[in-house]
Amino acid sequence: MAETTTHDAHVSSTGLSNVKLGMWLFLGSECLLFGGLISTYMLYRGRVSDGPTPEQIYDIPFTSVSSFVLLMSSLTMVLAVSAAQKKDDRGVNLWLTTTALLGATFVGGQVYEFTAFYNEGLGFSTSLFGSSFYTLTGFHGVHVTVGIIMLLALVAINKRSSVPGSKSETVEMIGLYWHFVDIVWIIIFTLVYLIPV
Amino acid sequence: MAIIERPTPVLDIPALPAAPPAITPSRTFGALKRPVASTGWKSWLFTVDHKKIGLMYGATALFFFIVGGLEAVLIRLQLAAPEGKVLNADLYNQMFTMHATTMVFLFVMPMAAGFANYFIPLQIGARDVAFPRINAFGFWCFLGGGIVINLAWFLGGAADGGWFMYAPNSGPVFSPSNGIDFWALGLQIAGIASLTGAINLIVTVLNMRAPGMSLMKMPVFTWLVTVVQFLLLFAIPVITVALFLLTFQRSFGAQFFDVAAGADPLLWQHLFWIFGHPEVYVLILPSFGIVSEVLPVFSRKPLFGYPFVVFSGAAIGFVGWGVWAHHMFASGLGPVSVAVFSVATMAIAVPTGVKIINWTLTMWGGKLVFSTAMKFAVGLILLFTIGGLSGVTHSVAPSDTQQTDTYYIVAHFHYVLFGGSVFGLFAGFYYWWPKMFGKLLNERLGSLNFWFMVIGMNLTFGPMHILGLQGQPRRMYQWTEARAGEGFFNIAFWNLVASIGSLVLAVGILFFLINIVVTTRSKVRAPLDPWNARSLEWMTSNPPKEHNFDSIPKVEHLDEFFHRKYEEDPVTHTMREVATAEQVLAELERNADPHIHMPSPSYWPLVLAVGLPVIALGVIYSTTVAIVGGFIVLYAIYGWALEPATAVASDFDTPSTNGHAVSTTHG
Repeated sequence: MAETTTHDAHVSSTGLSNVKLGMWLFLGSECLLFGGLISTYMLYRGRVSDGPTPEQIYDIPFTSVSSFVLLMSSLTMVLAVSAAQKKDDRGVNLWLTTTALLGATFVGGQVYEFTAFYNEGLGFSTSLFGSSFYTLTGFHGVHVTVGIIMLLALVAINKRSSVPGSKSETVEMIGLYWHFVDIVWIIIFTLVYLIPV
Repeated sequence: MAIIERPTPVLDIPALPAAPPAITPSRTFGALKRPVASTGWKSWLFTVDHKKIGLMYGATALFFFIVGGLEAVLIRLQLAAPEGKVLNADLYNQMFTMHATTMVFLFVMPMAAGFANYFIPLQIGARDVAFPRINAFGFWCFLGGGIVINLAWFLGGAADGGWFMYAPNSGPVFSPSNGIDFWALGLQIAGIASLTGAINLIVTVLNMRAPGMSLMKMPVFTWLVTVVQFLLLFAIPVITVALFLLTFQRSFGAQFFDVAAGADPLLWQHLFWIFGHPEVYVLILPSFGIVSEVLPVFSRKPLFGYPFVVFSGAAIGFVGWGVWAHHMFASGLGPVSVAVFSVATMAIAVPTGVKIINWTLTMWGGKLVFSTAMKFAVGLILLFTIGGLSGVTHSVAPSDTQQTDTYYIVAHFHYVLFGGSVFGLFAGFYYWWPKMFGKLLNERLGSLNFWFMVIGMNLTFGPMHILGLQGQPRRMYQWTEARAGEGFFNIAFWNLVASIGSLVLAVGILFFLINIVVTTRSKVRAPLDPWNARSLEWMTSNPPKEHNFDSIPKVEHLDEFFHRKYEEDPVTHTMREVATAEQVLAELERNADPHIHMPSPSYWPLVLAVGLPVIALGVIYSTTVAIVGGFIVLYAIYGWALEPATAVASDFDTPSTNGHAVSTTHG
């Protein structure tokens, strides 16, 4: 990251910066976290007790739209990273805010979906399907929420900064995290919603 | 996330032209000023120095070792005679659960983490780890987790489902106290320490090696601990999921392990052992690394087959993922699974056997010096091999089905964990004590320490093979005279022997504690290079300065320090000394880096780590408390992130010319 500040110009044995390498390792670890949660869901999705079945409550068109919104947020995240590399702080703030809004739309959709499911009789304790569904999608929702907080915090910090482009690596790191969370959603959407039990 | 850098006053470098600039605290997002103390309790509480953090890991782990040891002695006292009355059934369940939990998560893992923290940067020629603040955060998480797990003793009873915490015993019906809640949340917090530590150390090893130190020139300890960090990186999230599911079930009414609701009890077993088996290698590989350092030094020979030791370590790291279900042979997995895991388990004995051959051949023909460190290393080879052999008998599924849940299993894993992991750590204590504290541990007390431990451990765990094959089940709080049997194999006699052995073992540990006190009080300083050592961590003062190395060494060889001291005679092909350790060090000092930037202390890691146990208590007792904990965490994260990212220009005289001097800036 030679283009950042003088004292960040460190030499690393791999050529990757410490932060970037660390972020990749963290995301590798996260794969196993979601792997465990997805396995649990796949094992239990057919065990509905007296509660509703997945087919009865899933609203595929609605979730498709919110998934599309989340995927579009990856596009705006790329635009933010691109602006950061051009040291265009106004562009960075614009696209980061847009990404956060799209993410918030997705989370809002999830809150709506949870409420609807609950009203249709699927509580956290209703069945193994309920417990594992809310846990898996809830963990993903929390990841998106953490991402939104990071995006907005970065916008706030960026506005105080006097050096253009000083946060470009941070933008890139949050971008990595954001894309990862999106990719996980693609897998969840496919396995949870699209493939029938 | 970056750390403010300030030139550290490096007073002992004569080459410095002027007095170092004064350190002034800068404003930060919080109520307190940025800590800058370099002595006193604050310098420990807010430190980000990998050596101090390593020592804190070690001291805390040693404390938990004593706690876990006392629990073990109570278990053995209970089982010494028929119908033991020392503990009741409930307390006995808590005792063996907490003994295992303490020894695995609060002693062996953090002790290895302590050694790794202290010695990896030194062994690769770095000045600190990649993320010093995260490093401090990891230690405080470990401490917080340990406290939460043990708090349960005082708040209604500790966890009582065994360290593997199988369903349905872990459910609220069978364990109504809060013990398992404390256990699950405490381990969750301690898991954060392992995960952040893993990321930190991997990045450190991959990115911050001294110039010239290629991967195949790294000391073996660093190599094997790096393998361990990869195991942790991928194993910890799995236990994280399992613990979350358990907490959700116990605290929020989820049904994951509720068989009555149709749950599959094997889910927990799979999740636990997918973590649990790599965990076994997490426990043993650091000790393998330590003896791979100790044996060559005290055999006066290079390690035999360095690449084989490294690659067999990596092989263990891979195959270790494919053997977890051998813990579940008795659960009815079906013949195909059993056959596959059986064969994989036999296969993983091979890379382990490779190491044992390498160590033996390292000693072969060497000028052996039987210091205490060496004794423990040789002890590891012998005792671990015994445990390894009984381990291979478990891989034969039909035989394992007979052994499952008997004392034979207990005998096996204590030979590999005590005879292996713990002996390796003790070798590390005696070998590295002068490096860490500048004083040599007393060798005479060390000898007593060693022999009492060897005899005690064999008396304790040896008879358990017999007890197990005679059918004594694990986790039974009493046995009866009527069913003890007769003749040589009667379990009454061997139970008594095992209990006496545990007391001998305890005396051995006591000698170690006495040794620490005696050594600390002693005024005799250790020589600079007391063992005629080979690797980079010895190429600095005892104990090392805050910045580790005056100048970062250029590495040309495996065993760089040895090759600076010795050269091969072209005629006789023997090694002859060309420089003393003092001369090598003086050479480094002469070329001291003019600018050394060390990360500044920070109190955010501690604040952040304090928030987590508060959340844990909140989950158990009251949502309000959890919310308060959440706010502490959020506040700390913001404080951490807003700590000035880069130092102001006036903090530096001129831009540094040495890339490695500033390579520790990211936190």
